[in-house]
Amino acid sequence: MSSLWNELEQFLDDVEKPARYIGGEDGAIDPEHSPEKASWLLIYPDTYEIGLPNQGLQILYEILNERDDSVAERSYAPWVDMSHEMRKRKIPLFSVDTHRAAGEFDILAFNLSAELVYTNLLECLDLSDVPLYSRDRNAEHPIVIAGGHCTYNPEPFADFIDIAVLGDGEEVVGEISEIFSHWKSKPEKELNRSELLQELGGLPGVYVPSLYETTFSNGRLVSILPKLEKNTTVIEKRTISDLGAWPYPKNQLVPLTEVVHDRLNVEIFRGCTRGCRFCQAGMITRPVRERPREQIVSMVEKGLKRTGYDEVSLTSLSSADFSGIENVISEVMTQDSCSPVSLSLPSLRVDAFTVDTASQMQQARRTGLTFAPEAGTWRLRQVINKLISDDDLFAAVESAYSQGWRRVKLYFLIGLPTETDEDTLGIIDLAEKTLEVGRKYHKSPSVTVSIGGFVPKPGTPFQWFGQNTEQELLRKIYLLRDAAKKIRGLKLKWHDSRATVVEGILSRGDRRLAPVLEKVWKEGGVFQEWSEHFDIDLWKNAMEEEDLLIEDFSYRHRDENEVLPWDHLSAGLHKDFLWQDWRDALNNQGLEDCRWTPCYDCGACTGYGIEHVVASAVPPAGGSQGTGAVSQQGNEITVSISQTGTAKDLQVSGVNE
Amino acid sequence: MRCLRVRYTKRGKIRFIGHRDVARIWERTLRKANIPVLYSQGFSPHPRISFGLALPTGFESEAEYVDIYLGEEFFLKDFDPESIQQSIDSALPTGMDALKVGVVSTSEDSLQEVVDACVWEVRVSGISVEEFKKIRNELFSSDSLNIQRERKGKIQVDDVRYQVHSMDIAEEHEDGVTILTELGTKPRVLRPTDLLKRINAELRTVRVLRKEQLTLQGNQRIEPLSIELHPAAPAEVLA
Repeated sequence: MSSLWNELEQFLDDVEKPARYIGGEDGAIDPEHSPEKASWLLIYPDTYEIGLPNQGLQILYEILNERDDSVAERSYAPWVDMSHEMRKRKIPLFSVDTHRAAGEFDILAFNLSAELVYTNLLECLDLSDVPLYSRDRNAEHPIVIAGGHCTYNPEPFADFIDIAVLGDGEEVVGEISEIFSHWKSKPEKELNRSELLQELGGLPGVYVPSLYETTFSNGRLVSILPKLEKNTTVIEKRTISDLGAWPYPKNQLVPLTEVVHDRLNVEIFRGCTRGCRFCQAGMITRPVRERPREQIVSMVEKGLKRTGYDEVSLTSLSSADFSGIENVISEVMTQDSCSPVSLSLPSLRVDAFTVDTASQMQQARRTGLTFAPEAGTWRLRQVINKLISDDDLFAAVESAYSQGWRRVKLYFLIGLPTETDEDTLGIIDLAEKTLEVGRKYHKSPSVTVSIGGFVPKPGTPFQWFGQNTEQELLRKIYLLRDAAKKIRGLKLKWHDSRATVVEGILSRGDRRLAPVLEKVWKEGGVFQEWSEHFDIDLWKNAMEEEDLLIEDFSYRHRDENEVLPWDHLSAGLHKDFLWQDWRDALNNQGLEDCRWTPCYDCGACTGYGIEHVVASAVPPAGGSQGTGAVSQQGNEITVSISQTGTAKDLQVSGVNE
Repeated sequence: MRCLRVRYTKRGKIRFIGHRDVARIWERTLRKANIPVLYSQGFSPHPRISFGLALPTGFESEAEYVDIYLGEEFFLKDFDPESIQQSIDSALPTGMDALKVGVVSTSEDSLQEVVDACVWEVRVSGISVEEFKKIRNELFSSDSLNIQRERKGKIQVDDVRYQVHSMDIAEEHEDGVTILTELGTKPRVLRPTDLLKRINAELRTVRVLRKEQLTLQGNQRIEPLSIELHPAAPAEVLA
């Protein structure tokens, strides 16, 4: 094995942002390779700046390097100028740690967290000189593994990977290493790749697509079944029951160059039971597992000292929901340090209490605050189970504006089930009222409304919903744009609806999409999540050439009996629970958080014999707490705007029903 | 008011990071090393540090300088330059080493103004030793050397002949030479790569290393660190 560094340094001066390729981060591990160990290359198939901060990848990097039977390095997708130079000079994809060729590793493990990076998976395989299709690889080639949220429907890219891993990776990477290092120790001629895959397929949480057969009839999937009886018909995800047993990353990587989320990140809990029906992360990561408070405080303290960061983010899907979050914050804020430390909670809950908490954390730098009401009317928020009332929002923004914040950002989705134009325009109504609140405190407050197009995700109650068409999304965007025009201080931003279309195809797609991905990649369609590279025509042409209709994959509603491409993969939630939740949604029926109310038996706890790990049996203070009910906690701030009453109870003949 | 001036290196892989990245690394380094740098006032406070002449991304250096603004009490209370240099050095990433520290008054000119010349070591390939000597002699026997450079979107022509103070062959190789050259930084910095490209378009520079940054006083060449190295004033301030 040898380093490619001498060749790379010849031309790094000529590419954009060469620091992407040099490694050398504080916290990087000097890998101890040896022939007996399973060597992993952990690849985030997007740019270094996006990929480096990924906590999942960093956790596995440490765990694998701590073990005796494995070693791990990291790699990221080279930007287009770099891959061009690499091909010209016949330099393969390499690790940033020791600049070793990807093909020299035993395992190439990809973290897939968004659909639009799928073509980058192909690009990375090709740059590694590894055959694209699993069926063309032999014992000399690395094993290709995919992990991350996209593996809850890996079917579109199933032909390109050898293994998909479902759920938490902390334990299973060790089990894979054990099997692999044992297999590797056999004499060369006994190395049989299909035996290895068969053995790996026996691990819980591990899906080997080549061991499963898909059958189609009349353009519809009719079954996905194991080819051999000994393979399980349903693969269950992996869940670590105690986050406290995994205090990783212990040495978060501190990059030499600027990346996104460039701060200390400490994961305070995993899982979320708010039950937002559009949110895949909230469905597939259940149950809630809080990290012990003392551990959080010590991870923050040690982390700040070691890294020199002055900012720490307490991460999770809804950090204000952590039991006794205010105690954690005050403990973190009072630790001694010679410079001011700023703290942030991503995914702020929408209520005044949360804002008070935020103001405690950000003594300086009060620039902007972001809330995600997701839908414009109370009715639609019941449909999607984001149970925050208009009052919750206005109390939150009142609190924000009164405590010095000038800019508020509001996130919404369009194209949600049962959405009418009144719901859509409700977004502008909320934004306008938010601005009115702001004018009480500032001369020219600003509100940025950010609009995303809804993509139904596997493993959620909305997995049966027919996605809005490109034209319908565009129509709604124009509707919003026109309504927003005359409002001073309102800025409207939206996601490209063409990208939403492609996300939709891939989100619920099946194995027929493999040649589509290959064609798009061949035509240069990499970095599709970057607007300067995204090209809808590549996708439309490839679909047409394969005789596939977008309508079939994205726009049509599914019924209860249809075989879904991910029916053999389970995040623990019973399909009948999801179906009932879908019916409830269509009846404008919300469902409270099960952390603090009786169990609905969704299956995520009972099925795996685990339960919520929460330090408090009661919901945190403030707001309506995801019930939409009138606040019991009595916010200090009187919200005059609420008197206009905007919690409309609309009778709707939904566009999609 | 005084600041701590640190001479440090940028060598190896880390030469590919930009100067904004270097600034960020310094901010973290000072927090790691517990150096109580002063913060700017205002809406978004920043640690007060300032750098000298920018080093182009990809160039190495053994002579980078940074000024760190500190409260006067820092210099009065058990001020030990050696231990400070060591704690800064161990907090810096691989490739960046703190070599020396000094104390300068903030009333002195900034680093950028103080430095008159840089000494560069440049590995040049694609040329024989004889050819290079010829080019060098031609340069020194001429009276002018006009160079075209872009500045703020405009093409500007400057005569840089007398900014080339010296240029000597330090090492001979099969495919080229390693040269040592002192180039003036005023009125505008002359980069060794720009100079070599102008002399001969065929020359390829493989590696560029800044060896020294210097203040010129008559025939004397002084390191900016030693301009003012007064020991801390005796502790006449009552504690």
